[in-house]
Amino acid sequence: MLISCKFPIRFAAVAAIAVASTFAVGAQATDITGAGSSFVYPVVSKWSAAYAEKTGNHINYQSIGSGGGIAQIKAGTVDFGASDMPLDEATLGKFGLGQFPDVIGGIVPAFNVEGVAPGKMVLDGATLADIYLGKITKWNDPAIVKLNPTLKLPAATITVVHRSDGSGTTFNFSDYLSKVSSQWKTKVGEGTAVQWPVGIGGKGNEGVSAYIKQIKNSLGYVEYAYALQNHIGYAVMKNAAGNVVEPTIANFQAAADTADWKHSRNFNLVMTNAPGANAWPITATSWVIMYKQPKNLANAKVAFDFFKWAYEHGQEQARSLDYVPLPPSLVQQIETYWKTEYKM
Amino acid sequence: MQVTRAEQPLARDIDKRSLIDARHDRIFQWVLKFCALLVLATLLGAALSTLWGGHEVLFGHSLHFLASDAWNPVTDDYGALAPIFGTLVTSVIALVLAVPVSFGIAIFLTEIAPTWLRGPVSAAIELLAGIPSIIYGMWGLFVFVPFMANVEPALSNTLGQLPLIGQLFQGPPLGLGLLTAGIVLAVMILPFISSVMREVFQTVPTRLKESSYALGSTTWEVLWDIVLPYTRSAVIGGIFLGLGRALGETMAVTFVLGNSYNITSSLLMPGTSISSSIANEFNEAVGIHRSALIALGFLLFVVTFVVLLVARLMLRQLAKREGK
Repeated sequence: MLISCKFPIRFAAVAAIAVASTFAVGAQATDITGAGSSFVYPVVSKWSAAYAEKTGNHINYQSIGSGGGIAQIKAGTVDFGASDMPLDEATLGKFGLGQFPDVIGGIVPAFNVEGVAPGKMVLDGATLADIYLGKITKWNDPAIVKLNPTLKLPAATITVVHRSDGSGTTFNFSDYLSKVSSQWKTKVGEGTAVQWPVGIGGKGNEGVSAYIKQIKNSLGYVEYAYALQNHIGYAVMKNAAGNVVEPTIANFQAAADTADWKHSRNFNLVMTNAPGANAWPITATSWVIMYKQPKNLANAKVAFDFFKWAYEHGQEQARSLDYVPLPPSLVQQIETYWKTEYKM
Repeated sequence: MQVTRAEQPLARDIDKRSLIDARHDRIFQWVLKFCALLVLATLLGAALSTLWGGHEVLFGHSLHFLASDAWNPVTDDYGALAPIFGTLVTSVIALVLAVPVSFGIAIFLTEIAPTWLRGPVSAAIELLAGIPSIIYGMWGLFVFVPFMANVEPALSNTLGQLPLIGQLFQGPPLGLGLLTAGIVLAVMILPFISSVMREVFQTVPTRLKESSYALGSTTWEVLWDIVLPYTRSAVIGGIFLGLGRALGETMAVTFVLGNSYNITSSLLMPGTSISSSIANEFNEAVGIHRSALIALGFLLFVVTFVVLLVARLMLRQLAKREGK
């Protein structure tokens, strides 16, 4: 659940499309179903409406959460599942499942410190981990001052904000902290929900950003588009290559581009802390999960055709909803993966 | 003969009629019994299915689950202490605030208010009861939390300096937390308690009150010594109706409680409650995590049941003391 209820505009668009699509009845339409991650729901809805117009095939996607999506595909009640967390080799092997990324989103640290404009604060992974561990408690801590020598930082206590609901945003954020801080890895670890050492929990991106807006000297993490739309102060990050990078579509794509997909079987890789020079360090994706030997071959073929169409023709729709389309290099790898792994 | 011939069909008619009546009565009783049992079956079904859904945690690590304040989805280590603590504390705050105010509202409406004012104020209270809890949550988050953030420093500087109760008002002024959640809950349960109180205060016979006034009692004395004893059990019933609602309230609490698995001595600190934990995490929970959340649901049943049981015992004790 990377983004639940992102913002009204997106929902209005989705709703309008949903209404429009009910009237467009195609000839010999195949209806396929998918379920899972609510992060991808807005973009999948938009894609499926456009796809239905073109081919007459309807994609019925239910955003019941990643956990539900995984359970549904395991039970074989849907044609594809979608999860914000990749499945491991053992699970994939046991059920004969395969998985591949569908779309990219970015996560940004967001803050409310008087006198510091959005994009002016620099943070790095180690500092962020220490703040979330409760080791750094003041904004004028030497670690933060060292990264921001020109900023006037207050001697105020940092109020840490995290997600209270289980979410893909939390999974990617905690995964990033685990990669950059060994103490975080042993003390907290990564997951869609974790045992937070400090801080308060907001429900959804909207809950977290409401808290950040209201509580002075707070720090949280939200989905990138959400920070943009709500004019919340977001921080820029020092990435794995040591460069300070901005959260932009190009930098999210750079992360997806330079993540080590080649050495990860079944795309079982979380692309946080990617090595690229411009890679945004907390970049996230979501995975489509399907049977390698589908029970309903005709439906599976439509599903593959749908995602192929989405990679090639759905980029504008994704961008209009502030998602980031997969870079061409990754799409190529996915299409190779389909050919070699899936028995069609 | 003629007489008996005339009587016979009549007797038969009566017999037939009474048979039909008896059958109708039986059917009516079955229907009623079915309605009543349906409630019982629903309740039992819900309790048993939460018990079954949470059995991995409830039977597997029962002691640990009840006694631990950990909540770690990564290592699958769950304890219910923090959510139970938050649920009880916010509900108690809500009662402490809502009961006196409800009492005041009910007295005003039944004894003091001019007749033309009673209608509009009663309607307003009933409207308050009809507001969905998500609206209270939004109001709490966007209006009340910033307000509390401004009030809390004053609280820590005054009440927070007192011995003993000072501990309750320590900590950073976030605006969120147990106290804020308790106040929002108080506003939510106010209409329930006050409308029950108003209804039962109206049932007090006028001659009792007038006799008391005739003996020279003040309004307060009439209320405290005549109205309240006369309606005591119904008033307590109304209070526990409100408490039941406070214990299970979900959305409004989720917005303003802070959702942090904490057990603190300060009311200004964030906490979590049983229902808000479930609402927050159920969507993405799998395996033991899901089982732990369902087990929390079962515990809410238990907590509510215990509270109602205590209410019943209290009423019985009161009745005994009055020599009834």
